[in-house]
Amino acid sequence: MAHGRALAGLRVLEYADFISGPYCGKLLADMGAAVLKIEKPGVGDESRRHGPFPQNIPHPEKSGLFLYLNANKLGITLDVESATGASILRELLTHADIFIEDKPPATMERLGFSYPHVREISPRTIAVSLTPFGQSGPYKDYNGYAINCSALGGQSVCAGEQGREPLTPPLSLGHYQSGAAGAAAAMAAVLGREVSGQGQHIDISEAQVWATLHTGNQESAFVMHGMKRMRWGHRTPGVYPYTILPCQDGYMSMIAIQGYQWKRFLELIGDGEVPEWYSAEPRFQDRREISLKYADEMDGLLAPWLTTHTKDEIHRLCLEKRIPFCPVKNMRDVVNDEHLKARDYFVQMEHPVAGELKYPGAPGKFSETPWQMEQPAPLLGQHNREIYCHRLGYSTEELAQLRTGGII
Amino acid sequence: MLPLQGYRVINFGWVFAGPYLASMLGDLGAEVIKVETRSRIDSMRLSPDNLDRDPNRDPWFHSGVRNQLSVTLDMARPEAVPIIKDLIRKSDVVVENFSPRVMSAHGLDYVNLAEIKPDIIMISLPAAGQYGPLRDAQTYGPSLTGLAGVDNMVGYYGERVLGLQQAYADINSSLHGAFAVLAALYYRRRTGKGQHIDMAQMEAVISIAGEAVMEYVMNGTVLGTLGNRHPTMCPHNNYRCKGEDKWVSIAVHTEEEWQGFCQAIGSPPWTKEARFADMFGRIRNQEELDRLVTEWTINLDYYEATEILQEAGVAAAPCLDTEGRFFDPHLQARQTYMEVEHPATGVDWVANSAWRLSDNPTVIHHRSPLLGEHNSYVFKDLLHMTDEEIARLEAEKVIY
Repeated sequence: MAHGRALAGLRVLEYADFISGPYCGKLLADMGAAVLKIEKPGVGDESRRHGPFPQNIPHPEKSGLFLYLNANKLGITLDVESATGASILRELLTHADIFIEDKPPATMERLGFSYPHVREISPRTIAVSLTPFGQSGPYKDYNGYAINCSALGGQSVCAGEQGREPLTPPLSLGHYQSGAAGAAAAMAAVLGREVSGQGQHIDISEAQVWATLHTGNQESAFVMHGMKRMRWGHRTPGVYPYTILPCQDGYMSMIAIQGYQWKRFLELIGDGEVPEWYSAEPRFQDRREISLKYADEMDGLLAPWLTTHTKDEIHRLCLEKRIPFCPVKNMRDVVNDEHLKARDYFVQMEHPVAGELKYPGAPGKFSETPWQMEQPAPLLGQHNREIYCHRLGYSTEELAQLRTGGII
Repeated sequence: MLPLQGYRVINFGWVFAGPYLASMLGDLGAEVIKVETRSRIDSMRLSPDNLDRDPNRDPWFHSGVRNQLSVTLDMARPEAVPIIKDLIRKSDVVVENFSPRVMSAHGLDYVNLAEIKPDIIMISLPAAGQYGPLRDAQTYGPSLTGLAGVDNMVGYYGERVLGLQQAYADINSSLHGAFAVLAALYYRRRTGKGQHIDMAQMEAVISIAGEAVMEYVMNGTVLGTLGNRHPTMCPHNNYRCKGEDKWVSIAVHTEEEWQGFCQAIGSPPWTKEARFADMFGRIRNQEELDRLVTEWTINLDYYEATEILQEAGVAAAPCLDTEGRFFDPHLQARQTYMEVEHPATGVDWVANSAWRLSDNPTVIHHRSPLLGEHNSYVFKDLLHMTDEEIARLEAEKVIY
């Protein structure tokens, strides 16, 4: 069956490094937008140096992070700092429906590509700026990485143990959140443009994505009741269990909001009956009390059963008994997961240098316009000739001059 | 004019993914109608932070479910189904995050809805997807980051797994879901075709953990608890400051930043030691480095440390808790939280939208709805039902 591409015809220009901007571009590219990625001549995207690399040997064309984030895109090199480079970017902008950038606001101003400039060059272009702290406010010029954004946005203080340092989410997860917010807002602006005829500026602050979507609801409770959300290690207070506990070969995520779910589990470990150490103990009859006062003790009482069963065994038993406990999977488990296999989640793609690799697939399955990985990430400057000569009309000689001049 | 003005969204979603997605569409100007019922109340209306246990006074709900209208209809009752179908005939988008069997049990799955409204866009956000061996697995949001391989990396370096302990998966899929719906609307505008989007929350989480997936695919390496360590940055941690549970986040990436950092903290002798001279050495000796950095941060307020470091071009920010964020001058200046009047609470502070659109500044144009507040608008104005019919359905607890 022939399927459509949801974003066919949409032209995106990506002038961004590492994760936030490239993930924003990836979401659009994977749904069929034509994404053109600009990289710095010679060195390319920051993620080319980040890895992971096969056998841990760094190679700019073999970085797993780069390959994952930049499939389905065309890639050119361009030094926007040079006068010629800037004029080429101006020309590319007039062809772009969406312009993704992640530079500090002062840099974009200096380069002549802050939003007022973009609007002058190409009024219909939607500019998406993805920065740590946004385009306004006292910290707009602050330097920031993912760990600083999750700190200011309140995510960090919610993970870790009391008294010890807060834990930032692993692997720059916030960058992906800001990229996804950018992609959603860009599509909203594209829809809005069909009425207004005008582009606009989308200002995404990664710290603010945390502070609104992920932790924002806490502020209402703070104003209403003075409540503050903190970190409590491997569990969340409320009713027991809301916890992660070790089993024989890993960990189980164990949350039972309903009493019957917890009772089913107790019956499971007591061979059909709630164990006597539990049923005969008056202190254990209120799960809020357990959570408040006896959680460590309860963890210990469950340990003998948990640590003599594997996470797969426990998961299978829980699925049978309709108990909502799940294994904490590692990436080996995830990549080999039967459920994900049945859904064809992972995709294979051949890359001219890195070879054939498996990649994470669709974040959603679309019945009419499926997510697709059509081509691997570009080699550095792979599409220079196609873009500069065929699209912008430079001659082969001029292309050579641009190259020797360090502009591309 | 807001970009989604003129679109209508029916939201069957509850705790959290569906309602959050629907609120984002509401923020963008769509008319969102939340279908809910007293017979199985959305637990977002009775969250742990709802100390009054009044479904109209829940702080989470007030922040997470704004720019939505509320209609009470018990979809488990067969009489409710034709009313819902009438409503969907007049709508553009349907949002739901039930277990996969629920919508089809009521005859409200995509195939049925497409029959009555061929260009409807429906998005389902179940835990594991509409098909596959785990389809019917029961889960809660925080477990999904476990199933997706992310929680396994959350904990102090080399120590036990702690997990994110948050509904990260719900929010991640609501954000990806909003993008998916908007992409589908764009496609529909050009082709007239609707579609169904099956967004398994578990899969949407794996998509944002690409680095860890590739690490396993390329090298067979399984990442365990990472603490605050970063493969290419050091210092990279949250450091204890003056005061109770106050921490400053610091990240140093380039050589220039390292030089700035050393100067900013007054160039103590250890900064010139060979073992810290380059990133390789700093990463290798990071426990000792972290201890030495703390000797500097411990005497400073977390804002003070931030300012000194930022002055030198070094990335730093305070680890703000709920109260800290509320009073932070930057978050305030950017209207991160907005004051909204509400009949049940007087005044609420709710989170603003995650993005800023220059020509469509987000406003909370509809504060969080009371349970069933818009029954009259939906049943009479939209569906033209008679007073008698409405009264009968109320008495029979179909409208409930």
